[in-house]
Amino acid sequence: MSAPVLIGYFDSEERVLEATRAVREAGHDLRDVYTPYAVHGLDAAMGLKPSRLTWVTFVAGALGCTLAMSLQLYTSVVSWPLNVGGKPFNSFPAFIPVTFELTVLFAALGTVAAFLARAKLFPGNKRQALPRVTDDRFAIVIAPGQKPNALESAEALLRDHGAVATDLREVAS
Amino acid sequence: MSNQHLSPLRVPLVSEPRSMGQLTEEICAPMERAPTWKWWVAFGIAVAVLATGAGIVAYQVGTGIGVWGLNKTIGWAFDITNFVFWVGIGHAGTLISAILFLFRQKWRTSINRAAEAMTLFAVMCAALFPLIHMGRPWLAFWVLPYPNTRGSLWVNFRSPLLWDVFAISTYFTVSAVFWYVGLIPDLATVRDRLKAGFRKAVFKVMSLGWTGSNRTWSRYETVYLLLAGLATPLVLSVHTIVSMDFATSVIPGWHTTIFPPYFVAGAVFSGFAMVLTLMIITRVVLGYEHLITLRHLENMTKVIIVTGGLVSLAYATEFFIAWYSGNPYERFAFMNRAFGPYAWAYWTMVTCNVVSPHLFWFKKIRTSPAAIFVLSLVINVGMWFERFVIIVTSLHRDYLPSSWSMYTPTMVEVGTFIGTFGLFFTLFLLFVRVLPIISIGEVKSVLGFARSTPAHPEAPPSTRPAPVLDAPEAARSHPPLAIATRKDVPV
Repeated sequence: MSAPVLIGYFDSEERVLEATRAVREAGHDLRDVYTPYAVHGLDAAMGLKPSRLTWVTFVAGALGCTLAMSLQLYTSVVSWPLNVGGKPFNSFPAFIPVTFELTVLFAALGTVAAFLARAKLFPGNKRQALPRVTDDRFAIVIAPGQKPNALESAEALLRDHGAVATDLREVAS
Repeated sequence: MSNQHLSPLRVPLVSEPRSMGQLTEEICAPMERAPTWKWWVAFGIAVAVLATGAGIVAYQVGTGIGVWGLNKTIGWAFDITNFVFWVGIGHAGTLISAILFLFRQKWRTSINRAAEAMTLFAVMCAALFPLIHMGRPWLAFWVLPYPNTRGSLWVNFRSPLLWDVFAISTYFTVSAVFWYVGLIPDLATVRDRLKAGFRKAVFKVMSLGWTGSNRTWSRYETVYLLLAGLATPLVLSVHTIVSMDFATSVIPGWHTTIFPPYFVAGAVFSGFAMVLTLMIITRVVLGYEHLITLRHLENMTKVIIVTGGLVSLAYATEFFIAWYSGNPYERFAFMNRAFGPYAWAYWTMVTCNVVSPHLFWFKKIRTSPAAIFVLSLVINVGMWFERFVIIVTSLHRDYLPSSWSMYTPTMVEVGTFIGTFGLFFTLFLLFVRVLPIISIGEVKSVLGFARSTPAHPEAPPSTRPAPVLDAPEAARSHPPLAIATRKDVPV
């Protein structure tokens, strides 16, 4: 099953922002916008919700913190209590640095892993970027749908908002 | 909104008019052309130094660390001096990429990639020293807590030296991940420029299938912000923990509570000096004067003035507390530093770190790359001496005069130190050849920074307000580049 998508190419972030807003207001099925750099304001224009990756960071950090503290308590208090200069076995303040480091380590690695998984980025990925969008072009991808004249009106809208080129492609849906 | 940063009051970050395509061309050019003879000369020297260092390390591992100049009194000297020195150098990279990012300092964009790479290489150099110091580096895994066959013997989590293991390895891992995440969009840019072949295959794997989708960008920005937020306390914690190696001991001159902030300030101070040293060379050699502008250099010198001031304050506070505490050992340790047999090292440190940064108050010096370059080297020397002074002068005369001794480095120690410079520059030169050293995506986002809107009354009438930068492609004057611009894609 394949469906045609309409791609509009733009050459400045201001134009692509306006065009994205217009496409959404006109009720077209906005698939995605491709940009060579992170354009601020585009999330709002596309109506994307804020990412929930912050929760992953929190959970991964809490996990790292718990694991680090448990490991230190187990090894220094339970498994092999070692008297070092008469210090208590459960010398809690001395465990803070390692706990802190492992909290940060788990939070960072967990966040990045969740990001790569969620954005489906992995080595051996067969996806290809649209021409020049990783260089100097911005692209809006619309699925015009089955309604009569949807394709023409979408293309006219993109052209009106300063698209330098438009392209119709068949993509596997 | 993205064009909020357009203000005629702001100084442009990219000082020459450039289009996005031209930026991509320029930043990718060093990777895509054959290396120049200058690069080969520099690389040859770096590899030769590295090979010498490797030979010396092999010799000392084979013979034992008796070949060092260490003695019963001075158990730590060059090895730990160099370790602290290199870890300190690393800090500016994370500071530029994480802390300046959180403070929305957009000038970081053209230097953060190279600074982060510098961090990684510096931490690698630093990690070598504890490893060699072990004498039997193949047993290095003993520092890790793992269920072993020697009874239920675990590492001592109450030791600052073990905290170092966790701090340095976490710091290296998080810095590497931060750096790589920042690289992904640029790797995709390079991938899309390459013709089919081995390099394209490598970049294809490394760029993980990045397409520039805004859904991905949106998450990417969140992750970048989170990593910056995590790396910021991390960078402060690493040198704090390194300073605790000293501060938790009872040696006069080491046992001070000022050490953590003092070490962090010193690390940033030396790190920025090293970034300046590298960036001044890079911008000239690769012709990036319009990307790494005088303003970038000037901003970094201002950070140096601040951190230099903090370091000077720390020196003064140490002296004051030595006197004020009434502790005779502490007083002696500081009088000995300033007027004892290692006074030359102490005054070298003071001249380089306390006096020289104040030259940056003069705008003429602050805006002269040659002067900045010289001063950045001076500061690096001074910061190396700071660590030497802290370690050697505190150890060589401690509580017992009967165990007082002097220390002279041997050729093996000097050779190992110089060898790490070989490693550092070899890695940096390879980095310049194989990866984009300036963050292409981030520089493109500040391209319009502070550009005033070109007035064009002849623009066709439109119902919507004229967008900024609405001039037609031809009207924007982009000077032709020496390198051919790629226009084979009909978009």
